Amino acid sequence: MAEVTLPPREGFRLSQLLYDARYRSLTIQVVAAMMLMLSLAWLVDNTVQNLAALGKDFSFAFLWSTAGYDINQQIIPFTSQDTHARAALVGILNTLLVAFMGCILATVIGVLAGVLRLSKNFVVSGIMTFYVEAMRNTPLLIWILIVFAVMTEATPQPRDFREGGGASMILWDSVAISNRGVFVPKPLWGEGSGVVIAVFLLSLAAIFVLRRFARKRQEQTGQQLPVFRLSLALFFVPALLAFFVMGRPITLELPELGGFNFVGGIQVRNSLIALWLALSLYTSAFIAEIVRSGILAVSRGQTEAAFALGIQPNRTMQLVILPQALRVIIPPLISQFLNLTKNSSLALAVGYMDVRSTLGGITINQTGREIEGILLLGTFYLIVSLVISSLMNLYNSSVKLKER
Amino acid sequence: MTNQSSVAFVRRDIIPPAPPPPGQAGVLKWMRENLFSSVTNTLLTILSIYFIWSILAAIMPWTLNGVWVAGSLTECREIRDARGLESAACWAVINERWLQLLFGFYPTDDRLLSSLFYAEPLAAAGGLEAVFGAGSNATARIEFVNAMKADLSNLTIFFFGYWRPLLAVALLVVAVAPILYASLPRRLLLFSLAYPFIGVFLFWGGSFWGPMTVALGLVAALYLGRVVAGGYGLLGGGLAAVLAFILFFLNPLGVVGHTGLFPLFPHVKGVLDSVMPLGLPAIPSDQFGGFMLAIIIGTAGIVLSLPIGILLALGRQSTMPFIRWVCVTFIEVIRGVPLIVWLFVASTLLKYFLPPGSSFDALLRVIILVTLFASAYIAEVVRGGLAALPKGQYEAADSLGLDYWKSMQLIVLPQALKISIPGIVNTFIGLFKDTTLVVFVGLRDPLGLTNAIRATGEWNGIYWELYIFVALLFFTFCFFMSRYSMYLERKLQTDRR
Repeated sequence: MAEVTLPPREGFRLSQLLYDARYRSLTIQVVAAMMLMLSLAWLVDNTVQNLAALGKDFSFAFLWSTAGYDINQQIIPFTSQDTHARAALVGILNTLLVAFMGCILATVIGVLAGVLRLSKNFVVSGIMTFYVEAMRNTPLLIWILIVFAVMTEATPQPRDFREGGGASMILWDSVAISNRGVFVPKPLWGEGSGVVIAVFLLSLAAIFVLRRFARKRQEQTGQQLPVFRLSLALFFVPALLAFFVMGRPITLELPELGGFNFVGGIQVRNSLIALWLALSLYTSAFIAEIVRSGILAVSRGQTEAAFALGIQPNRTMQLVILPQALRVIIPPLISQFLNLTKNSSLALAVGYMDVRSTLGGITINQTGREIEGILLLGTFYLIVSLVISSLMNLYNSSVKLKER
Repeated sequence: MTNQSSVAFVRRDIIPPAPPPPGQAGVLKWMRENLFSSVTNTLLTILSIYFIWSILAAIMPWTLNGVWVAGSLTECREIRDARGLESAACWAVINERWLQLLFGFYPTDDRLLSSLFYAEPLAAAGGLEAVFGAGSNATARIEFVNAMKADLSNLTIFFFGYWRPLLAVALLVVAVAPILYASLPRRLLLFSLAYPFIGVFLFWGGSFWGPMTVALGLVAALYLGRVVAGGYGLLGGGLAAVLAFILFFLNPLGVVGHTGLFPLFPHVKGVLDSVMPLGLPAIPSDQFGGFMLAIIIGTAGIVLSLPIGILLALGRQSTMPFIRWVCVTFIEVIRGVPLIVWLFVASTLLKYFLPPGSSFDALLRVIILVTLFASAYIAEVVRGGLAALPKGQYEAADSLGLDYWKSMQLIVLPQALKISIPGIVNTFIGLFKDTTLVVFVGLRDPLGLTNAIRATGEWNGIYWELYIFVALLFFTFCFFMSRYSMYLERKLQTDRR
């Protein structure tokens, strides 16, 4: 090998900052950082000047003053004497409530629509294609307004539920759909209902243990337990037994017509129902497409290979197809859940009191704290989305194809 | 043959092909295989057909029996009762107000309308100048215009009264076509580049020289940058271009008063205006509305967000930690917060962040925030495209000795963008649908206008007809775009396999 003589080491020259690839990235980053600092300083300076001109300051103290407004939909008790912070909390809970309900319904409808869209039956897949296209290509806001209009304009008034009024309650006279909201039975927790609930939770835990045991047993001995039937029995039997042994402690309070409105039961406001249904229907169309593409992504050879191994069709679905399809389905599914949560801020259109309407609406209007209010509001949505996306990353890394 | 004599019968000719037995061919076979292959399937088919039938039975009479000509909802109901119908849509509201739903309160070109179609009453009223001229009576003018509009058909007003937005949208189609369809001549792309200025001029009006000088200034800055880059390298060129831009458009650090020589832009525009006054009546953006608003915000949002999104995606992939960190933070913060909150920021907070006393247009503020919002989503789409490229492409570019920008421009981005076009189109569909949210910050989008229409005495209490019309408008556009994205996906798939 020929001997290589290194050129004599030169000292650092200033031009290297620009022309030497080793230092250039440092220069660029320092310049970018300086420009970012300058523009942030400019924005902050402007804000300080503007606030000073308006005689305002920047403080979150308003959160602890009396809110002075009512919230018509509340999960935790709230009166107008409570603080703005509590109003924000009520709003947050309302947002989470509609998002949670929406995610469940959207998944159910979406999976159904996605699977049916793959059907060989022309009529069925046609209906589902129409449904998906109609939902996906129209703004969500229109759907919310349409469902809300259906709920308030096309449903009977409470007085129509009187004798000869032309409207009647559904589900054995337990649910009333009226333009004042949907009235559903309210469970009354009597003496001893804690035992029933405890038994129910225990049986849920038992189902979980059973499934693990069955899997372990199958891996060790190859014998299969009738898991589904056993879990079904565990789900219903102990809780029902406890219910009757304790003398039926849980009763339902049915809504009844009194005066001009229903009394008793739980009143679910039309704004919540409209928002919930519209969000679920809209998101379900996207979920349907995700499910469809997930199932199509598993190649047919996988099914055939499983059959060749002698695995039964339903076990094939459970052990071969679904795990592979879920790997494709779940990440976009979760980002749809995220979208649904963010879209729930459209509650404004129907007057549902979510966090955008309490903290970002009335509180800001009453206190004039736009910057602080919107900052808190944005932080809430940001935290929700970061939590959900970090969960998604965890899932992604757990199901990632293990290569090499 | 050998045993011809020993066998009783041998067929000499081929049997003519017989048609398959009934039930094994054509519609019957198809129906049996697809619709009635099993008990469950048959049940599903019957249920679905019953479902379709019951929906159609509920909707079709209402739709088809609709009243098309009426002055108010009460009149609609009277006509319905007179015809003895149980339910009937009141399409009359669409028939009367569709122009408003499309254009909001955008003013019509009344001079053109009256001189073309209303010449005799115009002459009777004293001619164009007497009615519309500088010293004309405002009340008389409004009366004259109202009488004219009542007299003319909506279609005439559509084509001639709203020729400016109509022409702008038509030219938009021409400008977008060469981007969407690669088979069109490439020279059309020059028009696409010029379109933003033409579109702004047609929609907002004002002096023709405004958008023209802006375009000239941009071209001059870029050209200067190129010339300098030839002699002093890329960095010098970039600095020269930025300097030229600042001299032309910005008042550098406020050292020179507004009456000074710099920025050059107002002076050049002033000179051109005085030499050759050309222009259309200026229309402030608080008069914009309707479906036109969705098109303006959607198009501006996507056009402006595309370059920002690409830069953000490149920044997110960058090897420089600070740049990457800034881009990731920006993208995650924007995507983590709903658009409606950002619009709220645009309408209430932006005034705090800008220098005291500065105020600008509500529509422009919304466009800026929508652009930032869309660019974060575009960045994620483009990042997907960048990640989908095999690493060998990057390495090949490096081994050819190309610098970062050249390798991106010549090797990486053309391929990555091609992969991400369907995603970009989907982002655009989402953005287009989201333009309905501007109703919450007080702009008059179609849904806001349905409220305005319902607030009038004649149409109080009308819901479905308006919602259906607006929904169909959006559906038509978005459906076309989603089909285009599917066409593109198919096209791109063939050459990648």
